[in-house]
Amino acid sequence: MKLSPSAWAGMIMLAVYVVAGVLGPLIAPYDLTSLHVELARQFEGSSSAHWLGTDASGRDTLSQLLWGARSALELSVIVVAISSAIGLGLGTIAGWFGGWVDELIMRLVDILMAFPGILLNIAIVATVAHPGVPLTIAALCANGWVGYARVARGQVLALRERDYVAAAVALGASNRRIMLRHLLPNLMGPALVQMSFGLGSVIIVEASLSFLGIGPQLDYTWGAMLDQARNFLWNTEWVRIYAVVPGVAITWVVLGANLLGDGLRDRLDPRQRGRG
Amino acid sequence: MSIGSFLLRRIGSGALAILGVSVLTFLFLHLVPGDPVDHLAGGDAPPGVRLKIEQCMGLDRSLPMQLALFFGHVADGTLGNQCRNGDPSGPTVATRIVEVMPNTLWLAICGMLVAAVLALPLGVLAAVRRGTWIDTLATTLSLSGISVPQMMFAPLLILWGFITLGWFPGPTEVGPRAILLPAVAVGTHLMAMLARMTRSSMVEVLGEDYVRTARAKGLPEGRVLFVHALRNALLPVITVAGLQFGSLLSGAIIIENVFARPGLGATLVDAIKERNYPVVQGAVLVIAVIYVGVNMLVDLAYGLADPRIRRA
Repeated sequence: MKLSPSAWAGMIMLAVYVVAGVLGPLIAPYDLTSLHVELARQFEGSSSAHWLGTDASGRDTLSQLLWGARSALELSVIVVAISSAIGLGLGTIAGWFGGWVDELIMRLVDILMAFPGILLNIAIVATVAHPGVPLTIAALCANGWVGYARVARGQVLALRERDYVAAAVALGASNRRIMLRHLLPNLMGPALVQMSFGLGSVIIVEASLSFLGIGPQLDYTWGAMLDQARNFLWNTEWVRIYAVVPGVAITWVVLGANLLGDGLRDRLDPRQRGRG
Repeated sequence: MSIGSFLLRRIGSGALAILGVSVLTFLFLHLVPGDPVDHLAGGDAPPGVRLKIEQCMGLDRSLPMQLALFFGHVADGTLGNQCRNGDPSGPTVATRIVEVMPNTLWLAICGMLVAAVLALPLGVLAAVRRGTWIDTLATTLSLSGISVPQMMFAPLLILWGFITLGWFPGPTEVGPRAILLPAVAVGTHLMAMLARMTRSSMVEVLGEDYVRTARAKGLPEGRVLFVHALRNALLPVITVAGLQFGSLLSGAIIIENVFARPGLGATLVDAIKERNYPVVQGAVLVIAVIYVGVNMLVDLAYGLADPRIRRA
């Protein structure tokens, strides 16, 4: 596939993120699973023992960054996979069957869109005293599927007029077969665009939740690192590194996802080229 | 479709969505484990206090009755009682929302202003100088506005503006200048979307025949750009701005949190944490009404400005 240089840049940025997430805990210089606190080494700057310094409990910042990449990668991939599966499925069903099925699904979409997404995520996660990662994933999927459903429905409404779909109907193909074999494969392009943008927003929302102290209490997620940074703003020299490390990591992934999403969209729809 | 039936349809589906949000919130609150009385009174409160809170919230009634009670409170405009000490004559949920709303509103207005002031020139410039390094720079700037997390940007803004330079008031301070840093934090983030929209809309309009005509008849370039092109390019920009304004009104929670400005979003988050059912229900309803209302106004404005939309 021919992609623009900026889309390639986005893809490479995401590849770095994936590699960091997969290898992160293996190559991290320190193990963060033990709750070892070394107050004598807190707020350290860059050194050969701690390349990016240490945090308020004396833990290694670089290790936190790498472990954070793992937890962000796990969460974002699972959320994007589940929400896109649900959304594309429901959207295809709504677009193909129409009628009351369509009406029902789209009213549900309306309800979920009548409310800022992040507040819904917070509401779900905050219902339990000690939420784990699965609950955060469920919360992000609860409204994450909506975008995919809209994309899929729009595509199916256009695809159902195509000759090959009419041919499949005339040959007596079942609804299931038409949806799985003829519709879904043909809406994968727009779905990929949506997945790319979706990945970026999942990263931001997840970091926001842990920044606000809502969600699994892991102290090495990027959001939790940013939370720690803003609590020690007075420590100006230290915070300049400690806030920027997770901040740049988030920017990296989100920027990569947006660049790739833009590039894929331009590739699929040449009319959009040069826009946005 | 006439403008009347267009309006009716939009109001109808909007009202349905708001009702859906309310009922779902209600069911959700009552389905999840956790006793609201434990949170408000504390686990070891005497039975008398617990009973008072239960009665105040209507938890001693059946579920359908509780839902009916909530709609009753919506109808009388109080949105129910906050039930802090189980005192049924205490402050209402509406009072609490009216208290925090000015914070949210003021931040939304100032943030939007910052965003518009930054985004319009940037977008127009990028469109006019399309394909040059200026375009690349403007596009990169606006993309990074989307990508840089507010959780890093806002604290660094405090570090720079308040702690290091001391030019701006810090969090929790009051006074007219206290809005400056939060507004910049909100505005730079929104700017990104607006600038992208302005650019793409301007690029499209600049290719239109009437722009060529305006140039051909020798109008000065400034007049062509700002009177002929920008005015027509603004429509989608205003749409995006309207939608952004709607979501700002429902609470810019990260910024409110960092700058310790209690707003609508923060009120809802606190209420969820302390399981205050009436406040959660009330805040959710207000947020949904604002959100849906603003979206509807935007649609309507669009329909009025561009009659082609109404046919769709």
